[in-house]
Amino acid sequence: MEDLGLREETMIINMGPQHPSTHGVLRMVLELDGEYVVACRPVLGYLHTGIEKNTEYRTWQQGVTFVTRADYLSPFFNEAAYCLAVERLLGIEAPPRAQVIRVMVMELNRIASHLVWLATTGLELGAISMMLYGFREREEILRIFELITGLRMNHAYVRVGGLVMDLPDGAEERIRDFLKLMPGRIHEYEELLSGNPIWRQRTVGIGQVSPEVMLGLGVTGPLLRAAGIPWDLRKELPYCGYETYEFDVPVRTEGDCFARYEVRVEEMRQSLRIVEQCLDRLTPGPAMVEDPKIRWPAQLEVGPDGIGNSPAYVKHIMEESMEALINHFKIVTQGFRVPAGEVYQAVESPRGELGHYVVSNGSNRPYRVHIRGPSFVNLQLVPTMIVGKLVADVIACVASLDPVMGDADR
Amino acid sequence: MDTPALAQRLAQRFPEVLEARGEVTITVEADELAQALLHLRDEPDLSFRFLSDVTCTDWPGLDPRYWLAYHLLSTEHRQRVRVKVGLPPEPDPPRVASAVPLFPTANWLEREVFDFYGVVFEGHPDLRRIEMPEDWVGHPLRKDHPLAGVNTQYKGAFIPPPDRRGL
Amino acid sequence: MPVQRLPGTRLGGTDGPGVDEEQEARRGVLLTTLGRAVAWARKNSMWPATFGLACCAIEMMATGAADYDLSRWGMEIFRASPRQADLMIVAGRVSQKMGPVLRRIYDQMPEPKWVISMGVCASTGGMFNNYGLIQGVDTIVPVDIYVPGCPPRPEMLMYGILRLHAKVQREARIK
Repeated sequence: MEDLGLREETMIINMGPQHPSTHGVLRMVLELDGEYVVACRPVLGYLHTGIEKNTEYRTWQQGVTFVTRADYLSPFFNEAAYCLAVERLLGIEAPPRAQVIRVMVMELNRIASHLVWLATTGLELGAISMMLYGFREREEILRIFELITGLRMNHAYVRVGGLVMDLPDGAEERIRDFLKLMPGRIHEYEELLSGNPIWRQRTVGIGQVSPEVMLGLGVTGPLLRAAGIPWDLRKELPYCGYETYEFDVPVRTEGDCFARYEVRVEEMRQSLRIVEQCLDRLTPGPAMVEDPKIRWPAQLEVGPDGIGNSPAYVKHIMEESMEALINHFKIVTQGFRVPAGEVYQAVESPRGELGHYVVSNGSNRPYRVHIRGPSFVNLQLVPTMIVGKLVADVIACVASLDPVMGDADR
Repeated sequence: MDTPALAQRLAQRFPEVLEARGEVTITVEADELAQALLHLRDEPDLSFRFLSDVTCTDWPGLDPRYWLAYHLLSTEHRQRVRVKVGLPPEPDPPRVASAVPLFPTANWLEREVFDFYGVVFEGHPDLRRIEMPEDWVGHPLRKDHPLAGVNTQYKGAFIPPPDRRGL
Repeated sequence: MPVQRLPGTRLGGTDGPGVDEEQEARRGVLLTTLGRAVAWARKNSMWPATFGLACCAIEMMATGAADYDLSRWGMEIFRASPRQADLMIVAGRVSQKMGPVLRRIYDQMPEPKWVISMGVCASTGGMFNNYGLIQGVDTIVPVDIYVPGCPPRPEMLMYGILRLHAKVQREARIK
C-alpha cells in the first residue's frame, strides 16, 4: 500500500484550567504522540489570591481567617500551622484542652479531606457512586464541624492562644456516634473499590516514581509513604502533643496510584483511632490562654441566633469593668504585638508537609507570612510521573497526587 | 542531635549561626550560598537532603533588602535548619545562584520567589512567572507594590482599600 | 380549543358510549403560551457547566451530592463542555489569570444562558480585596443571581437556583 501521507507530528493539547477533572483549576499543556505523553508543562496561578500579601495588612488574629482559605479542604491544618507558628513567636503554649481539641478537629478534617479525595478520584476514574458515598460521610463530619465551630468550611476556629470557643454540649456524643458509624463505611468503600478490576486496572502500576526522585522533588505526604518512605511529621517532628497518641503510619512500597489509595484509606482508619483517644483524654479546662493581652477577649457561645458574644461577657465589659472594655477594644481593633523574629512551623496535612514561615518585626501585624503549600511542591512531580504514559493515566496520576489548587496558588 | 548541639556543629563551619525558639539559622553571603547548601547536604552528620521551602522577605530601607530563606530538613537526623541570604537593593533585580542543581524541588519554589520579588536565580533552567499572568508588570509581594483593591462607598462614607486604611 | 376529529372516530374508543368531547379536551390539554411552556422546560432541566474554582466548588459538589440533591431540579449533570450547558455557576475566587478563561467559557455557551455568582469572592471579590482577584465577576460576565456566603451553605445555593428558576419563568421569552 502506498504511503497514505500520514503525518507523524506531536499534538499539543491544553488540558484545563476548566476541565471535568475536579481537582481545581490546574492547567496542563500536554504534548502528545498519539496517546502517549511526550512532554508536559503544568501551568499554575489560576487561583492565585494574594493571601500572603493580604496577611501583611491585617492583625495577627485576622490572619487566621485568610490563611484558613488557602487549602480549603483542610482548613484546620492551615489554622493550626499558623497559630502554632505565632505562638512560638510569642513564646506561649495553648492549654492542654485546646491542644487535644486541635488534634481532634485536625484528624476529623483529615478524614473529610480524604473523603473528598476518594469521591473526586472515583468520579474521575468512573466510579461515580463513590462521589455520592464520599460526600455522604463528609456531610456527617461537616455537621460535627458546624456544631463545634459554627461553619461547615473555613472555620477560623483555631486561634492564636487556643481555640475561639470550647466544645459545645452534645459535641462529644455526636463525635462518638460518628466514630461508630465510620469504620463500616470505610469497609464499604474498600469493598467497592479495592477488588474492583476496573479500579485496579486504572491504578495498579500507574504513576510509579522512585522514592529518591520524590525526595529530590520535595514531595511529602501519602505519596512518599506509598513509595516506601515512612516520613510523617506527626511521628518524626511532633507538634500539638502528637507524640502521646497511639497510631500507626501506613506505608506501602509499590508507589503506584493504588498504593496511594490504600495509604489514604488506612490513614482514615488511623485518624479515627486518634479521634477516639482525643475524646477519652478530654479533661475540663480552659480553651484559650489566660494572658489578657493575647487571648481573644470575647467569650463566644451559641445563642438562639447562632454564635455570638456571650451575654455575661457583654454585661461584664459594658457595665462592670472599664479595663475589660478597653482591653477588648484594643485587642479587637489593634490586636496584640508579637516579638520580632521568624519561625517555620510545619504540620502534616492530608497532602503532605504544610509549612508556615512567619516573620514578625515586633508590630501588631505580620511582616511576612509564607505558606509552604504541599500541593505546590507535589505538583512538580506531574511531568516526571506522566511522560511516556497514556493520556488516560494522566487523570489517574494527577488525581492520586490530591492537589488542591488553593494550596498550590494561594 | 538537639538544637544547641546542631548550632555548635554548624558554628565550626559557618561564622553566623543563630539559635532561637528551637531553630537554627545560618546567615551566609550570596556568593557562598551554593557551597553552604552543598556542605549542609553532603556532610554525613548533617545530611540536610530535603529542601522544604525557599522564600523571600522584603525589608525596604535596609541593606541587604531581600532576605532569602532556605528551609532544609534532614530526614535521617530529624532536624531542620534555615539558611538566610541577604541581597542588596541595588542592582535591581537582585541575583543569586540557583539551588536547582542541588535540590530539584527548588525549581518552582525559585520561580515563585522570582515572580513575587524579582530575584533572579542564575542557573535556573526555566525562570519565568508562575502565579501571576505572564505579562504582569511588577513584583506583587514587594513592599512597594500596593495591595490594591477597590475602595468602598457605604452610606456616604468612603472606605479606602485595605492598604490605605492606616490601622 | 375545538377538537378537530376525523369522521368516523369518537373519543372513548369505537365501541361503547361516546363522551363529551369538549369536556375531555379541557381535562387533557394544557392551555398556555409557547413562551411560558418553553420557560418551564428550560428551568426544569438547566444544566450547569463545571466552573468550580475554590472552596465554593466543594459546597457546590456537596449540593449536587446525595444530601442536598440538585437532581431534584434536573441539574445533577454538570456538563464539562460549555457548549452543552446553559447555566454557569461561578463558584469561587476568580484570579486575574482566570478572568479571560471565564469570559471565553461564557462566550462558548449557547443562548439562552444564565450565570449564578456563588460566594462573595465571585460576587465582589470577597475578603480578598487585593491585586490577585477580579473584584466581582459581574465585571466580565452578566450575572443573574448573586449568592453570598463564604462559602454559602448548600441550602443557600439551592435558594439561589430556585430564584433563578423563578426568574426564568417570569421572563418567559423565546429567542
